[in-house]
Amino acid sequence: MSSTTINKGGRAGAVALALAGWVVKFVVVVLVIATFNFILVHAAPGDPAQVIAGQSGASDEKLLEQLRAEYGLDKPYPVQLANYLGRVLTLDLGYSYRQQRTVSSLIMERLPATLLLTATAFILALISGIFLGTLAGIRAGKWSDTLLTIVSLLLYATPVFWLGLMLVLLFAVELNWLPAFGYATIGVQLSAFERMLDIGKHMILPVTSLAAIYLAIYTRLMRSSVLDVTHQDFIKTAKAKGLKQGAIIMHHILRNAMLPIVTVAGMQAGALVGGAVVIETVFAWPGLGRLIYDALLQRDYPVLLGVFLVMSVIVIALNLLTDAIYRMIDPRVSVRAAS
Amino acid sequence: MNRREFAKMMGVSAVALSGIPLGITRVAGQTKGGTLNTIIQPEPPILVTALNQQQPTLTLGGKIYESLLRYSPDLKPLPGLAQSWEVGADGLTYTFKLFPNVTFHDGKPLTSADVAFSMTKMLPETHARARAIYSRIESAETPDPLTVIFKLKAPFAPFLTALDCTTGPIVPKHIYDGSDYRKNPANAQAIGSGPFKLKEWVKGSHVHLVRHEGYYRKDEPYLDEVIYRIIPDAASRSVALEQGKINLTQWNDIEFYDVARLSKLPNYEMTTKGYEYFAPHQWLELNNRVKPMDDKRFRQAIAHALDLKSMAARVYFGLPKIATGPVSSKTRFYEKDVKRYDYSLEKAKALLDEMGLKPGADGKRVTLKYLIPPYGEVYQRAGEFIRQSLGRAGIDIQLENTDVGGWADKFSNWDYEITGNLVYQFGDPALGVSRTYISSNIKKGILFSNTAGYSNPEVDRLFDEAASTIDEAKRQELYSKVQKILVEDVPVVWMFEAAYPTFIDKRLKNVISTGVGIHESFSSVYFG
Repeated sequence: MSSTTINKGGRAGAVALALAGWVVKFVVVVLVIATFNFILVHAAPGDPAQVIAGQSGASDEKLLEQLRAEYGLDKPYPVQLANYLGRVLTLDLGYSYRQQRTVSSLIMERLPATLLLTATAFILALISGIFLGTLAGIRAGKWSDTLLTIVSLLLYATPVFWLGLMLVLLFAVELNWLPAFGYATIGVQLSAFERMLDIGKHMILPVTSLAAIYLAIYTRLMRSSVLDVTHQDFIKTAKAKGLKQGAIIMHHILRNAMLPIVTVAGMQAGALVGGAVVIETVFAWPGLGRLIYDALLQRDYPVLLGVFLVMSVIVIALNLLTDAIYRMIDPRVSVRAAS
Repeated sequence: MNRREFAKMMGVSAVALSGIPLGITRVAGQTKGGTLNTIIQPEPPILVTALNQQQPTLTLGGKIYESLLRYSPDLKPLPGLAQSWEVGADGLTYTFKLFPNVTFHDGKPLTSADVAFSMTKMLPETHARARAIYSRIESAETPDPLTVIFKLKAPFAPFLTALDCTTGPIVPKHIYDGSDYRKNPANAQAIGSGPFKLKEWVKGSHVHLVRHEGYYRKDEPYLDEVIYRIIPDAASRSVALEQGKINLTQWNDIEFYDVARLSKLPNYEMTTKGYEYFAPHQWLELNNRVKPMDDKRFRQAIAHALDLKSMAARVYFGLPKIATGPVSSKTRFYEKDVKRYDYSLEKAKALLDEMGLKPGADGKRVTLKYLIPPYGEVYQRAGEFIRQSLGRAGIDIQLENTDVGGWADKFSNWDYEITGNLVYQFGDPALGVSRTYISSNIKKGILFSNTAGYSNPEVDRLFDEAASTIDEAKRQELYSKVQKILVEDVPVVWMFEAAYPTFIDKRLKNVISTGVGIHESFSSVYFG
């Protein structure tokens, strides 16, 4: 794995050093992101006090004064920024005066619903995308390939909200098979198992709508990647050795064709945490995406900054994970432990 | 005999046959029980109406918090927490007798001390609208637990009109007195004395209210529960209605373009009643400081050039009524005998010509920016209509988009030329009308003040005198006078008395019983 020639003890030290360096880098990146978020969020004209006044139908100086004091907006920007960064360093995400809750509790409340929705859709899309893409790739030019290509192109071009609405019209309104919106049936007592089934039923339509577009991306990507690999010399060698078709696909084509998929999937995994604002809105899904959207419209700065920060940390973590997976699949990719 | 006739004979209604699953048994009369499923959107930030007055907070909070009075659809006071009241001859003393046995959701009794605390201490601190009214109270006396006597600093005629559940919610003194109101941990539980109390609030999903067992009105509330579902997407809300999952909609739940289609649903009744207390008035806000809008003739020209009839039909699908002046015809002191601005391009053009605003080579006389209010799709369409309509008279309108924060910032700081506005009237011109036109309310940075910058000493004087006059006939005279002046001056171009479609499940009775409509406590709502 490592190309270094240091002895064992030195190597552990090097790893520790690398780790420390990594932590420092991580903290610096997070702080830079936090500063950036803060500046961006405060750059827009208007403030939470104005928004609340605008939605209350009445306002006076005192209300605006009180609200600005609550949000800490009465202090100069540098002071606000310093306060904010100080809180970030102590892992305090702040307090939403608008919702009368800590930002971390708001995020923790919404995160599971979002992860359930987006992760299910992601995994579903990834697995079936890889499968269908491989199928299309090895059958390139045949009718099944043409069909898959057309379907994936159509899915890719379909706006996700429209697909969602159409599914609702068909399966909820016309056929009445599935619930049209929500996360679970409200106001009923259910056993744990019944509740699981109930949530599952509520998940089918939003997950399908969300998975459709990813599925199309992975299918198309996998197809071209498989085609690429199939024409390389080592596949010809494998065929010449007399290996079976199945073994060639599994060990030689897939392993190599997967690399671009991992890259793209790693990038998309970051977007999963942000939730899918559109799908969450259409299906009234109580997720993080809607929390961000509402916070944005209402200028709920603490919530907005908190969610951005959590998302960026998760994206950094997912990038590391992607790197690790990449290294597992392709041993040529390596990171030197120390230089 | 066909099946329908047979069913009719057997007394089975079509609704019962359609089998909407609600899990309630239908018995004649005011039955107890049942779950009212409805919508709330957007999700309120908090349920304590004393601390937040955004629309969804007030809609939901009306079930949790009560006030001294309720109001009939024609805005006459009705008993609320107060079973009777007396106004002194001097117009300064107001005595209220409370109903006995009123309790808060935590079981503690509601007494005159809670009323005095809410109206003279907490609300003037936390509620901008209540502050403007209740800060006129000189003193509050509580000779016994069921009596509260307010003495005003000066006569203020609309005092009896300003005691509704959205303006004067009574909060428990034992929880709030001496605390930091906004940070009080009890805010999460929202403890009021209303017929329903908060059971569960799953953020982003629903708010679940259940019956307050210790409610003081005998046999009320009839319903067991009220569930407010948060459905952010308009199409999904229509689907919920079509599927029968929802018994009631309010305010903007249903988009105007869906109203005609959904009105055909057999299980619902559609009404635009129940907004009389608020009587939202919709107008074009003209910045009177900007040329040529500082000239009354130009503002009159705009009034003539706007084809309100077809705007009502095309943008709002026939729901709203065309406004004739600053006071809504749904509230008191409305004066109908005022100058009319019928749709007439000739009159508009003549006024513009008279001002010397001649059309250029491209037919445009003047170009103005219209800042679209960021409150949804329909405002966008209204903006497009206004551009088309005024364009015909040579007034070129450029549309500008923004979000709520940006709009409020630009609008309140007078950094706009034309925008739209929707203002509630709160049952009396002194509460919801005068603020837009009096000079003392020209305040930079404050929304819903006199943002247009109109100033007329005679108007100031008339509004001032009418607010402190107790004699109703005299008040009517003063308000009639001021309405005539304002309509002549057109400080803003009144467009509509806004209307909202409320869809009500036909089995649900008594939903709209007062002038605050769906904000009412719902204590007497039942499934029949």
